[in-house]
Amino acid sequence: MLMYVGRRLLQSVPVFFGTTFLIYFMVFSMPGDPVLALFGDKTPNPAVLAQVTAQYNLDRPFIVQYFLYLGNLFTGDLGVTFSGREVSEILSRALPITMKLVLMAVVIEFVLAVVVGLISGLRKGGILDNVNLVTALVLSSVPPFVALFVAQYFIGIKLAWAPVTVGANATWGAMLLPAIVIALTIFVTGMRLMRGSVIEAQSAEYVRTASAKGLTRRRIIPVHIARNSLIPVITNTAASFGGLLAGTTVTEGIFNIPGVGKVLFDAIRLGENATVVSFVTVLTILYVLVNILVDLLYAVLDPRIRYV
Amino acid sequence: MSNRPVEHYVAPVDPADSNEVDRVKLGDRKSNLWIDAWRDLRRRPLFYISVAIVLVVSTAALFPNLFTDVPPNNNCLLANSNGGPEAGHPLGFTLQGCDVYSRMVFGASTSLSVGIFVVMITAVIGIPMGALAAYYGGWIDSLLSRVGDIFFAIPYFLAAVVVMSVLSQHRNVFVIALAIGGFAWASLARILRAEVLQVKNLEYVMASEAVGRSKFSTLLRHVLPNSLTPVIVYLTIALGAAITAEATLSFLGIGLPPSTMSWGNDIAQAQTSIRVAPMALFWPSLALTVTVLAFIMLGELIRDALDPKARANR
Repeated sequence: MLMYVGRRLLQSVPVFFGTTFLIYFMVFSMPGDPVLALFGDKTPNPAVLAQVTAQYNLDRPFIVQYFLYLGNLFTGDLGVTFSGREVSEILSRALPITMKLVLMAVVIEFVLAVVVGLISGLRKGGILDNVNLVTALVLSSVPPFVALFVAQYFIGIKLAWAPVTVGANATWGAMLLPAIVIALTIFVTGMRLMRGSVIEAQSAEYVRTASAKGLTRRRIIPVHIARNSLIPVITNTAASFGGLLAGTTVTEGIFNIPGVGKVLFDAIRLGENATVVSFVTVLTILYVLVNILVDLLYAVLDPRIRYV
Repeated sequence: MSNRPVEHYVAPVDPADSNEVDRVKLGDRKSNLWIDAWRDLRRRPLFYISVAIVLVVSTAALFPNLFTDVPPNNNCLLANSNGGPEAGHPLGFTLQGCDVYSRMVFGASTSLSVGIFVVMITAVIGIPMGALAAYYGGWIDSLLSRVGDIFFAIPYFLAAVVVMSVLSQHRNVFVIALAIGGFAWASLARILRAEVLQVKNLEYVMASEAVGRSKFSTLLRHVLPNSLTPVIVYLTIALGAAITAEATLSFLGIGLPPSTMSWGNDIAQAQTSIRVAPMALFWPSLALTVTVLAFIMLGELIRDALDPKARANR
C-alpha cells in the first residue's frame, strides 16, 4: 500500500511540473508587455520601468523566471494580486468558504445519485427509470449559469424561500440553494453508475443467496444491494469534488459568495490578468492534489485493486 | 435369380461451388454493430426529437433569414428597452431595445460554429495522440500519454479562462474554439487509447500484418475504424459541452466581444435586468439549453445503441 502511494505521488511530479509550466508558458509567451500595462496610459520613466521589470524578474530568461516562480510557490509565496494583496492571504480566507460550498454540493449530489440510482436500478426499464434518466440528463445539460439564474429568480426573488445572494458571512444555510443547484446539474453521472451496479448486483449470486436464506427485500436492498453498489458512486463523487473546487467561479459570482471562485470571477471581469493566472495556477494544483487523493481512495475502497 | 435391374439411388450432382457453401444466406437479415445500432435508434422517439432540434438549429445557423426578417442589430430603439412582446416581435425586446427572437435566431450560428470547431480541434489532436500512443506502445506511449496527462490535469474551463484573458485583443470564434479544444482533447486521447489497446490484440489485426500490410496502414485501415465507437459518442457530447463553455466564457465577459451575437452574450446582458425583464434572459437560455440537450441526448442514445450491454440493461 505504501509503495502504491509512493509510486502514485512520484507519477504526479511530472504532471505537476508540466501543468504549472504550461500555464506559465501560455501567459508569458503572449503579446503585450505586462509592466507597461501596469502604467496604463502614462509613459513610464525608463529607470522606474527597468526597476519594476527587475523586481518581477522579467529581465531574466523565461526558464529562470519559471523556476523562480516555482521556488516561491514551494515557500508559500503565491504572488501578489493586481491591487497588491498577497494571494496566499486571500486564499486562506476564501478557500474555507469554497470548501464549505463544494462539500455541501457533493454531499447532496451523493445522496441524490444513490437514491435516484437505486430507484431506477431496482425497476429497470420502468416508467420511473425512464423519467429519472431523462430528468437527470435534462438537468445536466442546462448550462450551470442558466440553472443558477433560474433558481435565483424563482426561489430567491419570486418565492423568497432563500436569500438571493449570500454575501460576506457565508453561512451553511445561505449557501444551500446554490449547493442544491450545483448538485442537480451534476448528479447524472453518479446516478447512472449507481443504477448500473444495482442492476448487476440484483442478479449477483450473493443476492440470490440472501433471498434463498429467506431475508426480506427490505433487508436485502439496503444491506446487500445498495451497499455493494456504492464504490463507483463514492469515487465519482470524490472526483467531482476536485472538479467543483476548481469550477465554482460562475456559482460564486452569481450568488456573491466570497470564495476562491468569486476572486477569480472579479479578477476576470476587471481584466486583472496577473490575479487570474495566480488563482488558476493555485486551483489547478489543488485539482491535481485532490485527484491523487481520489485515486488513493479508490485503492483503499476496492480491495480488488492491487497496490502494484 | 431375377435379372430385374436393381434400383440404385444416385444423388443429383450438387451444382454449388465449394466456395459457396460457407456463404451467408442472402435472405437473412444483415447484422453488424452499426446496423443493429441503427435499428435500435429508429425505435426511440427521443432520437427523432434530438435530430429534429439539431436540424432546426443548423438551419437557423445557415439561413437565419428563413426564421425572421427583423434585423438583429440595427433597428434597435432604446424606446423599446426591455419591452414586452408586440406584433412582429413575438418575444419582446432586450435592454438595448433589440428584438429578442431575432437575436436568438442569429445567435445560433455562433454557438454551432464554436461547437463544430471545438470538435474538429479535439479530433485532430486527440485521435492521433490516443491512437499512436496505444498502437505503437513503448516510449511513444510514455511520451504521448505524459503530455496528455499534463493537459488532462488542467480543468479545461480554467485553461480557457487563462487563454481568453491573455488573448483579450483577439477574441473571435476560432480563438475561443482553440482555447476550449486545445485542452479538451486529452480526454478523447485517453478514451481512444484504451479502446485501441483492446482492438490491437484482435486476430484480424494480426492477420492484416501477417499478409504484409505495414503497421501504420493496418492502424488506419483496421484498428482505427474499429475503435471509433467511443470517439463518436464523446465528440457528440463534447459538441454540446463546448457550446456551454462558449456561453459561459461569453457570460463572464472573456468570450466573444459584445458586438458578436451569441446566446452567452445576450444572457450576460440580460442578467443586469433580471428583476425587471426576466424573459429577455429566459429565451436565449432556453435556446442554449435545448441545443445542448439535443447534442448530449444524441450522444447518449448513440452510446446506448452501440453498446449491446446497455441495450440489455434497458
